[in-house]
Amino acid sequence: MTVRKLKVNGKSLEVEVPDDMPLLWALRDVIGLTGTKYGCGIGQCGACTVHVNGLPVRSCQVKTADAANADITTIEGLANDGELHPLQHAWIEQDVAQCGYCQAGQIMSAAALLNQKPNPTDDEIDGAMSGNYCRCGTYIRIRKAIRKAARFDNAAAGLENS
Amino acid sequence: MNNDTLNAVTLMPAQISRRGFLKLTGLTGGGFVLASALEVTAESVPSLVGSVELNAYVQITDDGTITIYSGSPEMGQGIKTSLPMIVAEEMGADWDDVVVVQTPGVDTERYGRQSAGGSYTLYLNWNLMRQMGATAGDMFLSAAAVAMELPKKELKAENSRVVHAKTGESRTFAELAGLAYRQPIPDKEDLVYKGRQDYTIIGTAKSQVDSLEIVTGVGDFGIDTRVPDMLYGVYEKCPAVGGRILSANIEEVKNEPGVVDAYVITGNGNVRELMDGVGIVGDSTWAVYEARKKLRIKWDEADASKDSWAGFVEFARSVEAHTGNDVKLERGDVDAAFTDANNKVLNRFYEYPYVSHLCLEPMNCTAHYKVGRQGDEDSLEVWLPTQNGPRFQEVADRVYGLKKEQLDIHIKRMGGSFGRRSSNEYACEAIELSKRSGRPVKLTWSREDSMRYDFFREGGFNKLRAAINPQGQIAAWEEQTIGVAQGGKPSRFTGPNPRAFPFSTMENVRGSLTTHRMDTLVGPWRAPYSNTHAFVSQSFIHELAVAAGRDHVELLIEMMGEAKWLEEDNIRALNTGRAVDVIKLAAEKAGWGRAMPSGHGLGFAFYFCHAAHVAEVAEVTVDGNRNLTLNKVTAAIDVGPIINMSGAISQVQGAIIDGFSTMVGQKITMEAGRIKQTNLDEYPVLRIDAAPEIDVHFIQSDYAPTGLGEPALPPLAPAVANAIFAATGERVRSMPLTELGYKV
Repeated sequence: MTVRKLKVNGKSLEVEVPDDMPLLWALRDVIGLTGTKYGCGIGQCGACTVHVNGLPVRSCQVKTADAANADITTIEGLANDGELHPLQHAWIEQDVAQCGYCQAGQIMSAAALLNQKPNPTDDEIDGAMSGNYCRCGTYIRIRKAIRKAARFDNAAAGLENS
Repeated sequence: MNNDTLNAVTLMPAQISRRGFLKLTGLTGGGFVLASALEVTAESVPSLVGSVELNAYVQITDDGTITIYSGSPEMGQGIKTSLPMIVAEEMGADWDDVVVVQTPGVDTERYGRQSAGGSYTLYLNWNLMRQMGATAGDMFLSAAAVAMELPKKELKAENSRVVHAKTGESRTFAELAGLAYRQPIPDKEDLVYKGRQDYTIIGTAKSQVDSLEIVTGVGDFGIDTRVPDMLYGVYEKCPAVGGRILSANIEEVKNEPGVVDAYVITGNGNVRELMDGVGIVGDSTWAVYEARKKLRIKWDEADASKDSWAGFVEFARSVEAHTGNDVKLERGDVDAAFTDANNKVLNRFYEYPYVSHLCLEPMNCTAHYKVGRQGDEDSLEVWLPTQNGPRFQEVADRVYGLKKEQLDIHIKRMGGSFGRRSSNEYACEAIELSKRSGRPVKLTWSREDSMRYDFFREGGFNKLRAAINPQGQIAAWEEQTIGVAQGGKPSRFTGPNPRAFPFSTMENVRGSLTTHRMDTLVGPWRAPYSNTHAFVSQSFIHELAVAAGRDHVELLIEMMGEAKWLEEDNIRALNTGRAVDVIKLAAEKAGWGRAMPSGHGLGFAFYFCHAAHVAEVAEVTVDGNRNLTLNKVTAAIDVGPIINMSGAISQVQGAIIDGFSTMVGQKITMEAGRIKQTNLDEYPVLRIDAAPEIDVHFIQSDYAPTGLGEPALPPLAPAVANAIFAATGERVRSMPLTELGYKV
């Protein structure tokens, strides 16, 4: 057990966890942020996706110790000062979720994609999202919502969009 | 119809904010005070609508927030949104004023049926929900008649107001609330329901009531339960179902980091309730998962499962007779048709594997068993993701002697279920850990636990035989299911089901069953029985159409015969008129009959189950390397009036993608009772890049509305199999497709 400094959703925390505890379980069981979901534990479903320094990672595959001092963003921290992220708006508007369990991970992967490519093609969307499994099969609306949010971003930036 | 265009007005983010805010801040979580302008004492506060039932579903506060309770469990099928839409419609509410709250606890006397399954929740609650809404609406009208001094019959409730059309005068529900609850409760018989032409909520597209919680990560899933003083638990069982525990090194495991305690637990003899095992509790899920790796357990496997998939296959292939030893249905003269030398007879053998539910939220339950002090009775509080709270009450009574009054049950949102969370073994395990530790325990099955100890969709085999007469008609149909027996009897979802098509329509028909003992636990999996029988029967019908040189759609329409309901007023019975309507619509929308380029194919399938008539057309491309692409699926469906158009389309899309994912690569096998596939690396699932375009068309007939969680899945596999035949000339008679060399 070691005390680690973590920066989660802009807040600095000290947590005492075993060195090899995956970030997933530190977030869920120790810190109490349960929006990040456990699905498979082997990095194949994407339900546990969070951002570490802006990049999407499977938190079940990252040791808490390795995430120390990095900027960690979870689904709970995606909204900015209570203002929903464009993807969150789009997810609600398109009624994407069925059971909803995978959607936090889906949105975190999509947010990382839009950070890199504000206006992704369908192939780029499929490529970036193929690590996130949806058991309910909401893929069609996930694509739509990402496209919608991409346009939302552009609109916010004052760009023309079709 | 482009019915995937959601109602932008109702879904604008700004307009969900109020409902969302209320829920996120927990302001609506507890009991409601019926606020009013009039002073009332606590004792004299009557409910809004007086009768116990009505009181259970509708509440209003003086700010105009209308709370509608959802009594049915939510697993992604959308029932928590669609049932309250019915209530809101009939009472004349503005949907933006509605907050939906899960009913506190399980109380079927108060709330009616509180389980979900069989796609019947909507059908079974339709009248009750209308009644709840209409009763509340009527009481607002009565209140307005008093307040506005106008004749009640000239008033109308709409958009959370009572309006007098002649004068344009109106009062809000909020203004009327204090008076409304004092109005006489209308007789059920006197209630007036809206006509479909007057609907403003039913049939529109609404985003799920929990959308905001889901996208912000504060959803109400069981696995997210956190209660004070809680421990985390895991429960290790014998790798072969039914193994008994002899000994375990629990003293050693207790010393592992983060472990609080460990227990050897003896089951209750029912492997569907509580198996023998070792329970470990500790300060995190990770700690107990790590500790379990150190377990050394000796099992007695004398009575444990010896199942072998290979053995089951061998058995099925060795069955020679056309007719199984258990004839479940027989009509007409099948044998005459088969011996008639003028008829062409086809014999075929189909195979389908065991598959897993693979709910993405692993099985879990949080339990707090509280020992009664000073003569008080024991009590149990559980946070339980379940399709069937009432069944948990029965188990708690039978296994733990806990009566309803001793139970405090929190029904949690399920991260998928598909039939899986109808059982109670994960609840029993959590209870055992809480009883022993004296603390609340959240038990979380690992992914591997959730796959290995699934109640699987059973695999099986069908032997089919049919005769085609010189006119190209199907003169006889014989089908033998080679299925699973458990505990000395056929499993609950083994066929044949006499109501299934084409058993239900054939003049000369025989359905029989031969069973093979398999101890691997099986249970309902999205559209049980139908999900495999549709593949078998609707592929075989296509084989017969090809053999007879006939168009598949034309043959299907002929098989339906004249338009009639096979059992009048029984929604579980096929209505051939509705069947023909969806068949024709799907064919038209998909452009059935058009010429396809080489390597492309259209495949058709119809099926009837869960009161739904569904036809689907699959359009595939197969290249020379057996790379398969499902380009598009067109679905035509009659489930009566649609309640939530957004949810309905979503269910159809999901069922089609689920059906394809399952058909392409999924197969559970077992040897020596041990399940071979335990995680996603061994059990491929469909990803976003393989999702087809899906075009959904509803025939909103005047029959009672029924559910859509299941019935769009069964026709997908035969539609794809028939399309592959059309594209390649190769017949698919087994799943998954990857075993036949196809790649997606």
